[in-house]
Amino acid sequence: MNRPSAPRVLLMGSLSLCVAVTLGACSASNENNTPKTTPSSGGGSTAPALSGTLNGAGSTAQQSAIEAWTAAFQTANTGVTINYDPVGSGGGVDELLSGAVQFAGSDAYLTSDQIKQAKQKCGSDPIQVPVYVSPIAVAYNLPGVTKLNLSPDTLAQIFAGKITTWNDKAIAGENPGVKLPSTTITPVHRSDSSGTTFNFTDYLSQAAGSAWKYPASEDWPLKSGEGADGTSGVVAAVQAGNGTIGYADASQAKALSQALITVGSAHVAPSAAAASKVLDQSTFVDPSSTTNLSMKVNRTTTSSGTYPIILISYQMFCQKQSSQSTASLIKAFEAYAVSSGGQAAAAKQAGSAPLTAAIIAKATKAINTVTAG
Amino acid sequence: MTTTHTERGSRHAPRRIGDRLFRGVATSAGGLILVTLAGVAIFLTYEGFPAFTASRSQIPGGQGLASYIGPLVFGTILAATLALVISTPLSVGVALFISHYAPRRLAWLLGYLVDLLAAVPSVVYGLWGIFLLSPKMVPIYAWLQAHLGFLPFFTGPASVTGRTILTAGIVLAIMILPISTSLCREVFLQTPRLHEEAALALGATRWESIRLAVFPYARSGIVSAAMLGLGRALGETMAVAMVLSVSNVVTFNLISSVNPNTIAANIALSFPDSSGIAVNVLIATGLVLFVITFVVNFIARALVGSKGSSGAVT
Repeated sequence: MNRPSAPRVLLMGSLSLCVAVTLGACSASNENNTPKTTPSSGGGSTAPALSGTLNGAGSTAQQSAIEAWTAAFQTANTGVTINYDPVGSGGGVDELLSGAVQFAGSDAYLTSDQIKQAKQKCGSDPIQVPVYVSPIAVAYNLPGVTKLNLSPDTLAQIFAGKITTWNDKAIAGENPGVKLPSTTITPVHRSDSSGTTFNFTDYLSQAAGSAWKYPASEDWPLKSGEGADGTSGVVAAVQAGNGTIGYADASQAKALSQALITVGSAHVAPSAAAASKVLDQSTFVDPSSTTNLSMKVNRTTTSSGTYPIILISYQMFCQKQSSQSTASLIKAFEAYAVSSGGQAAAAKQAGSAPLTAAIIAKATKAINTVTAG
Repeated sequence: MTTTHTERGSRHAPRRIGDRLFRGVATSAGGLILVTLAGVAIFLTYEGFPAFTASRSQIPGGQGLASYIGPLVFGTILAATLALVISTPLSVGVALFISHYAPRRLAWLLGYLVDLLAAVPSVVYGLWGIFLLSPKMVPIYAWLQAHLGFLPFFTGPASVTGRTILTAGIVLAIMILPISTSLCREVFLQTPRLHEEAALALGATRWESIRLAVFPYARSGIVSAAMLGLGRALGETMAVAMVLSVSNVVTFNLISSVNPNTIAANIALSFPDSSGIAVNVLIATGLVLFVITFVVNFIARALVGSKGSSGAVT
């Protein structure tokens, strides 16, 4: 029951940090210039400017991406320690709002209520930037069937328990020439609250129309189907059963057959490139805001080569930091995370989809507004 | 402590200091348990209270607290009962074998191995349950549905992954086996030798002597062993969270993939992504579990105490 205790903000290094500020600024000024962002983000190596400890907590989805960022960032800036406690999105936001950590990772952007609380805590607007985008694969286990097309409508009916056998007319119609067995379908969902479930149900509620009548939610809305704990639990359950189908982060579901999702008239497999393309078609929730970069994913896109079942995970932190050292540190770290270099590192380690240049530019601008106060 | 100070003179000063020290340590250790328990109870009540006053729509599921906790309580008790039904005969058998049938060396080894089961972390039981036991149970569940489907327990549809509440019950049964087996074994070994020999002298077979002499003597011990096992099964978290496919429903169907969740596993599954009132609700379910476990342990103690004649366990 005891909540994982937040790592204490022990101390920020006592070194003076004027150099760090200029560094952070220079990393930010590189915005779109992709090749130069990497060296500048790790630029601490040229001048030992950054030091101290940065504590974060939240989303488990981001964990391996953050590991990649932390490793690269700490190598470049030897005086820096970055701790990340993957307590889950809700827990991370709670800890940010209580002041226990300097940044939170969350698969859901802050609600207006939470923004209000954060404003009180920070004394300024909270900044939220997307840092991690990943396609969610629909994985299945059906011996003999290696290629499967599913339209959003059929997908919704399968997960709602309306379509119960694999040789149902709806599935057969979308898969001409595929020999489907009469096996019973066992849809597998997450039994824990998760951002993956939120994004999957968000997709179904928008793309499947009347076949899915539940709102997007972090908890599975139905009382049917099979529940499994965590991404690995879903993968294990899908693997173990015959005729199972589930949803999981694409990079974690490589061992399974992944269904092609009907987008427009094409059938698209989950891939980082196709996931990035959806970002181009998505809009910001509050387009005029310079600090709130939460995104409204375009789930109903029909343009070719896009894969709309994606998860966007954010990092949020105060615009006004308690000390200059923390401000410089968080600026440099976040700038690196959203830079094309950081995104490439995450893609390599976590199989995520890189942010688009336009989002990187806007995020860098937002990160750059962090000040000490 | 002040009284001892006045009673005893300075003659025994060296021993007195050691005495006082030891007594102080022992007392504070005992007191610490009470303080901890009170601390947990206060925390659960205080933090869980907002859940009881929250409006229906604020509770996860939107149906109010009772309909949220109800299925969880049901699932907790169902899983623990299944575990008890499976483990009690098994642990009595194992304990009897160790205490009365096995050659001494084998008995020692077996006792050691059973105790070793208790040292296996529950998360390992969880992995074992997911990857080994569950797939193996699939054909059995299919058979149960086909042949005993008329019973409400086996109506199915049988799970194709085997991650059902019956599987969870089996895993729990194995987890509580060590505690109930070692308790039973201790009780059986304390049966007065004369009683057993008297039975044998009257012409009873080995089995009859056990039935006539050992069981009546050990009855309260067996019950309390089962109850202590039940207490552990009620609170077990990780293994259940990993093995069980949950839907927060109330059903006696033991072999389908739609199962009720247990309180402890639900907290583990829901807590990481919960915030606000949802956390209070989880803590309130923890309070309910605390009360259930407390009652079970209380009953176990009472049963042991009331048949004080056996005096076996205490």
